[in-house]
Amino acid sequence: MSEPLLLATGLTKRFGRRAAVAEVGFELHPGEVLGLVGESGSGKTTLLRLLSGQMAPDEGRVEFRSRDGEMLDLYALSEPRRRLLMRTDWGYVHQQARDGLRMAVSAGANVGERLMAQGARHYGDIRAAALDWLGRVEIAVDRIDDAPASFSGGMQQRLQIARNLVTRPRLVFMDEPTAALDVSVQARLLDLLRQLVGELGLAVVLVTHDLAVARLLAHRLVVMKDGRAVEEGLTDQVLDDPQHPYTQLLVSSVLQA
Amino acid sequence: MTTSGYNFGYLDEQTKRMIRRAILKAVAIPGYQVPFGSREMPLPYGWGTGGIQVTASIIGRNDTLKVIDQGADDTTNAVNIRRFFARVTGVATTTRTAAASIIQTRHRIPETPLREGQILVYQVPIPEPLRWLEARETETRRMHALAEYGAMRVKLYEDIARFGHIATTYDYPVTVNHRYIMRPSPIPKFDNPKMHRNPALQLFGAGREKRIYAVPPYTDVKSLDFDDHPFEVQRWDSACALCGSHESFLDEVIVDDAGSRMFVCSDSEYCASRRDAGYQGDGLPQKRAQAREARP
Repeated sequence: MSEPLLLATGLTKRFGRRAAVAEVGFELHPGEVLGLVGESGSGKTTLLRLLSGQMAPDEGRVEFRSRDGEMLDLYALSEPRRRLLMRTDWGYVHQQARDGLRMAVSAGANVGERLMAQGARHYGDIRAAALDWLGRVEIAVDRIDDAPASFSGGMQQRLQIARNLVTRPRLVFMDEPTAALDVSVQARLLDLLRQLVGELGLAVVLVTHDLAVARLLAHRLVVMKDGRAVEEGLTDQVLDDPQHPYTQLLVSSVLQA
Repeated sequence: MTTSGYNFGYLDEQTKRMIRRAILKAVAIPGYQVPFGSREMPLPYGWGTGGIQVTASIIGRNDTLKVIDQGADDTTNAVNIRRFFARVTGVATTTRTAAASIIQTRHRIPETPLREGQILVYQVPIPEPLRWLEARETETRRMHALAEYGAMRVKLYEDIARFGHIATTYDYPVTVNHRYIMRPSPIPKFDNPKMHRNPALQLFGAGREKRIYAVPPYTDVKSLDFDDHPFEVQRWDSACALCGSHESFLDEVIVDDAGSRMFVCSDSEYCASRRDAGYQGDGLPQKRAQAREARP
């Protein structure tokens, strides 16, 4: 088996006396999609923020393997290096597309921003990359100069994905990427995500409360309850044969259409 | 004609020392915005309080002051600031760029090249070049500290995508000394090349935003651009109607109710000195038309 890309050990984050995340640890390998599932308030989003370098944990470590194979302790890195990592090797897809997009500038500029942040200085190249990525996320290329505000919710979410993937990150964090969309648009987006993840060999940490989304996308699942990881395993195994009582409850409370 | 009852240069000595310390720091770190304790001035924010405080802190009895607004010496703002300093310091004032030791300016750099020993003081409304991109001051400071300037080009990208060329014409962002990105205040981008390796000291004061920054003499100042869309300044088809200059920044002026217009130098002193030296432009449009009719 390959070496882990992301390694979390003993992560704990307290807000006052309450632990939002308690002693969570896992490994994520290149090309793997890990689903974090659990009900609201179970600590999913806090855990994602700890993992993605946005909030330092009270205890525990987050390690990430750099392109040259070195294991980097995320919170021991200098701030410039951590920020460089975040805008080159990582992506972050927000639940609300408008949190992750620059709404005042065109779709093309949104996609090009990360390239420019990495030092791209050639307008023609940036434009070509933007066109390419709009095509890949199934946005009509003649919309490149339109503002994201004129896009539908699904298009905005796909634009956000293009904006993140244009720099070829190796790890993408997704916070409920489909929760704000209606069902048919969700299905298309999931299809697209699955295809891109496969094509690019992305590693993904996916936070969702929707077990159907988890089943479609995730290879492995971590079930969260009151800040703790109560069950972990292959997706089908966890969903078809849940061991922990809470997971059993979670699986059985999915509405049957 | 000095008014009694004021300290020399209006500000008290402690305030001047505080501002001078900020200026020294600004000169030491070209393009870096130094916070300072901006004082209440006898005119509103937006009228040049930052520039006035900088000028008041550096002016001495032997200085000669010139004040311009949009290139002209005779506009309201310029006249009043010049009169203010004449009253509170008693120093000599001038309209001649070459004769001035301190030039306070709004919106222009004089056409006459500056020389060593002169100080150009800019009035700055918004000092933060990253503000349109990021609303949080904590975040913009961090971006400056880490030189995370890539996203600055998003604005230029938008211009090219929309207009086919970089359509930003004033307050055009520059990189100072290969490090900090700086707003040159709302001067036309026509003036940006004049900042590059200028022998004069350039000081920038923002009164409302409480920031001072500087470009020391002979410092590299480069305007942002793309490799395939290099920085360019605007050009005019016509010359100045009064002095015939092809090199200066021209204002378009409507001269009658029929919509006739003419282009004249925005730097009034430069234009006048050229006319004194015998240069002449085409004159008013009517006269040109009359001259055409008179021709056989």
